[in-house]
Amino acid sequence: MDNRVSLPNSLVSVQNLSFSRGDKKIFDDISLEFERGKVTAIMGPSGTGKTTLLKLIGGQLFPKQGSIIVDGNNVHSLRRTELYNLRKRMGMLFQSGALLTDMNVFDNVAFPLREHTHLPESMIRTLVLMKLQAVGLRGARNLMPNELSGGMARRIALARAIALDPMMIMYDEPFTGQDPISKGALVHLIKSLNTILGLTSIVVSHDVHETAAIADYIYVISEGKIVGQGTPKEIAQSESDWVQQFMTGAADGPAHFHYPAKDYVDDLLSTGRRY
Amino acid sequence: MIEFLQQLGKNTHTGFTKLGRGTFFLLQVISGILSVLPRPRLLLNQMYSVGVLSFLIISISGLFVGMVLGLQGYYILSDFGAEETLGVMVAASLVRELGPVVSALLFAGRAGSALTAEIGLMKATEQLSGMEMMAVDPIKRIISPRFLAGCLSMPLLAALFSAIGIIGGQLVGSGLLGVDEGAYWAQMQANLDFQDDIVNGVIKSIVFGFVTSWIALFEGYDAVPTSEGVSRATTRTVVNSAFSILGLDFILTTLMFGDN
Repeated sequence: MDNRVSLPNSLVSVQNLSFSRGDKKIFDDISLEFERGKVTAIMGPSGTGKTTLLKLIGGQLFPKQGSIIVDGNNVHSLRRTELYNLRKRMGMLFQSGALLTDMNVFDNVAFPLREHTHLPESMIRTLVLMKLQAVGLRGARNLMPNELSGGMARRIALARAIALDPMMIMYDEPFTGQDPISKGALVHLIKSLNTILGLTSIVVSHDVHETAAIADYIYVISEGKIVGQGTPKEIAQSESDWVQQFMTGAADGPAHFHYPAKDYVDDLLSTGRRY
Repeated sequence: MIEFLQQLGKNTHTGFTKLGRGTFFLLQVISGILSVLPRPRLLLNQMYSVGVLSFLIISISGLFVGMVLGLQGYYILSDFGAEETLGVMVAASLVRELGPVVSALLFAGRAGSALTAEIGLMKATEQLSGMEMMAVDPIKRIISPRFLAGCLSMPLLAALFSAIGIIGGQLVGSGLLGVDEGAYWAQMQANLDFQDDIVNGVIKSIVFGFVTSWIALFEGYDAVPTSEGVSRATTRTVVNSAFSILGLDFILTTLMFGDN
């Protein structure tokens, strides 16, 4: 179940990837495929390295083993300029938004355009306003990042991520810490941008309902392994204890409620040492 | 004993690794300067925040240092009846030593710490990472302009410090203590050498600007991306800059004035 057959139509293909941080294995020989034009979600508890996976795909981290192919390019054997050219076609939405705090909203969205194109300012203005309109925040163009709510910041960051009309967008925990209305807005945006712009989306999240509502395919990752995969429907009906615990949010199950510790009674009765 | 040696080895190793990372970082920053040149706007913005905003602290400190020099110099020189040479004494101390050193120390405290905190926070809030993902090299776009601005601002600020200090010395010397104003300036003009005093002072301030900007930017870029990490990095910038400035000043002074 770990190795899904490589699809000819996949934009991003992760093959036999292993990655460790210090002694801790983050990924242990996993393979994933991300189909063109689809929303693929990676789900799993916090700390399973979901963000790390996005950084590996973006070429910011190097795997210990395995390869990542993005649109026919092996990300980690590209030269620096080639990698940068590839990144121009990959958008990424960071959890914090990662807006540049010394610029207002307009300049933030204009930033990639000004850095990578030689368009006249009038055209940049038009493009920026179009992107801001797409996320519903054209009226907020003069605000500074510290004047935005978390949800607004993420939408602005999304407008910036689509500024160069990329082929794909990676969303890092787009729903975390959002109120229901912002969550709804983001769910709607991710889905509609994917359809209208013909993007390929990779959504990393642990928000079960929101993600299941928009994903075409879901991978559930835990402790470096893929523990379940399939369409949202298949995942919901999965017989795997692990997937069930994650989807229903049960406190105990294959993922234990308790951090590993010695026997409770022994621990309480032991004396002499303070801890 | 073994533990001590282990710790010593570990610390040395960490120190050298950091020095290696720092050197590699410096090379990247310097090679990034080429891409700053076609975009003078980036440089000007940084010259403003690094240089112009340090203007006030540098000029006020320069004034007071010059006034104190005038006062102390007068009391010593007048014992020998040599108060006419006050101008030489004030100007030489400022141009050779106090101008470059004190303004570099102030620069590290004012601009260096700000640079470290800014870069460190940009790292902590994923702005640098986000830039990389937008295919913009943060070294070229963020670090190199700041580095160049630091290197260019420092000699200018040091010159300003010395100039204002000399005026301060004159205010106290001839305004307050009655040294002849003509003698103050004439002695200075006659006895200060362009090459030995002024050029050497400028070289010092260029070196200090280079080192301080390097330390400040590297500490920010290398900071642990948490609030505690950034605060520690800021402290390290000020402490390490001060050590480097004073240590290098001794070395440079030996090289420049050692054979006199």
